[in-house]
Amino acid sequence: MADDAKAPVRKVTLTGRKVVGGKAAAEALVTRDTISGWGGINERDGSVIERGHELNGISFAGKVLVFPGAKGSSGWSAYFHMTRLNGVAPAAMIFTRMTTKIALGAVVTRVPAITECDPDPFAVIETGDWVEVDAESGTVVVTKRQGGT
Amino acid sequence: MRLSDDEKAMRDGAHGAAKARAMDLLVRYGEALGAERLVETNNVAGAFNASTPSIAHLAEEGFDKVYSELNLDSDETVEIPHMAVPTCQLITGIDNRNWQTQGVDEKLAELQRRSEQYLGARGVNMMATCTPYQVGNVPVKGEHCAWMESSAVIYCNSVLGARTNVEGKESTGAAALTGRIPYWGYHLPENRFATHLVDIDIDIDEMADWGVLGYFIGFAVGEDIPALNGIRRQPNLVKLKHFGAAAASSGGVEMYHIPGVTPEAASMEQAFGPNRDKQVIRFGAKERRETYERLQCATERKVDFIMLGCPHNSIEQMALIAQLLEGRRIHPDVALWVHTPHAIRQMAERSGYNAIIEAAGGVVMSDTCPAISRKLPPGVRVVATDSAKQAHYLPAIAKVEGWFGSLADCVETAVSGEWQGAG
Repeated sequence: MADDAKAPVRKVTLTGRKVVGGKAAAEALVTRDTISGWGGINERDGSVIERGHELNGISFAGKVLVFPGAKGSSGWSAYFHMTRLNGVAPAAMIFTRMTTKIALGAVVTRVPAITECDPDPFAVIETGDWVEVDAESGTVVVTKRQGGT
Repeated sequence: MRLSDDEKAMRDGAHGAAKARAMDLLVRYGEALGAERLVETNNVAGAFNASTPSIAHLAEEGFDKVYSELNLDSDETVEIPHMAVPTCQLITGIDNRNWQTQGVDEKLAELQRRSEQYLGARGVNMMATCTPYQVGNVPVKGEHCAWMESSAVIYCNSVLGARTNVEGKESTGAAALTGRIPYWGYHLPENRFATHLVDIDIDIDEMADWGVLGYFIGFAVGEDIPALNGIRRQPNLVKLKHFGAAAASSGGVEMYHIPGVTPEAASMEQAFGPNRDKQVIRFGAKERRETYERLQCATERKVDFIMLGCPHNSIEQMALIAQLLEGRRIHPDVALWVHTPHAIRQMAERSGYNAIIEAAGGVVMSDTCPAISRKLPPGVRVVATDSAKQAHYLPAIAKVEGWFGSLADCVETAVSGEWQGAG
């Protein structure tokens, strides 16, 4: 899709299934790597700490986190739960692979969460895009970042 | 989600505020999954103990506050009644006997003891191990469980034929008070068939071989269900305990089949059931060598810490360690910690194994492990372990170098102070 210099604001709408209700709007943080809770994040600042992870050292606090889902220990939900208690949870979650870890984790993080998005969120959303999530109606509106592709 | 009349009554508070909060969490969780209903469970294994600094802060407001917040996701602090169904505590952060050796703060050790009294009074069985199936919680085939701990879940589904997903701290907290868990994933028979065929053309026998095979399979299948072809020697609890823990560490494997060994697959045909589209993976000498090398993340051959017992050692592993250490002394610069459930520690004590390990300079630990507690002997830089799972996690968690090898390699390293394995 070519950018039209005269129409710099480009919006794309995705539809999906509600996992946790609610609305949020924030910048996107996108990774194709699954995330570990226990041993994979620092629950005090919301950063990813896994060696070799695409987001290693980057915090998801206040971002719309777009990722495939959860991996690793059964402590996943407990660690994301603590990011909420510590005020460093993501603003919303958009993910592609349902598991018990991500479902429970999204529920206790208590942020809007959506899955089964169409079109594929990885084809549309890039880090830095502005993303409005309305989980109740299952819609995600992506405003492409200026200068983005 | 469809609820029964009993479940609706619990949700609406007919059985008290704690069960209402628990049912609320289970409904939110079940709907997030897309589950149609809940299923009854009489077997819960979770993490309830207060043993970390972050929990200590909440515990100042009482243990009801800790349970309400961390085990029920409830803002409101509710009075926690007796558990509704048999429930056990999995591995925890502090060894009640060896907390000083661990380097744990005395106040935190005291907090865990008080937390255990609170939980025990409400029917939480203090197994305090990642291997509840070694100390009396052995579910039968078909039993619906709500378990945490990936290495226990894969054992429960595959070796025992019981049914559980990987649950979390909040879902097990709610299941313990209601006897319910979402009917989703591995609770449904149609989701338990194999997806990948692993063709093994080398002899798998020693415990380290099983660890390497599991570590390879986790990378190869991710979260899918492998069926193993070519296992010629009968495995036992110890080997499958290591195999499953490794597969659940490198990947997210929660179930596997070994036709003729695991209970849901008398044959390869039965393992795959209606699944026609099987992917085939080969494991031979080359894959074994590459995976073994992948498990080594050390260059320094001088080792200062030996970690044995992940998942927690069986009594026969304790006996073997004692036999290998009999009459010997470990190197003065090396710490050796051997981990086993406290029930097995007692058996090992009576059998004289602990005395031999301690006379050699080792420590027999229970209730915890270094990956969970994040406590290692001071100044450790290089670790050796016989556990693929610990070799996977410990270098990342504790910022140390790690060697992986057989139990004998690790014991010889403990004595010499230099890595004695291959690689």
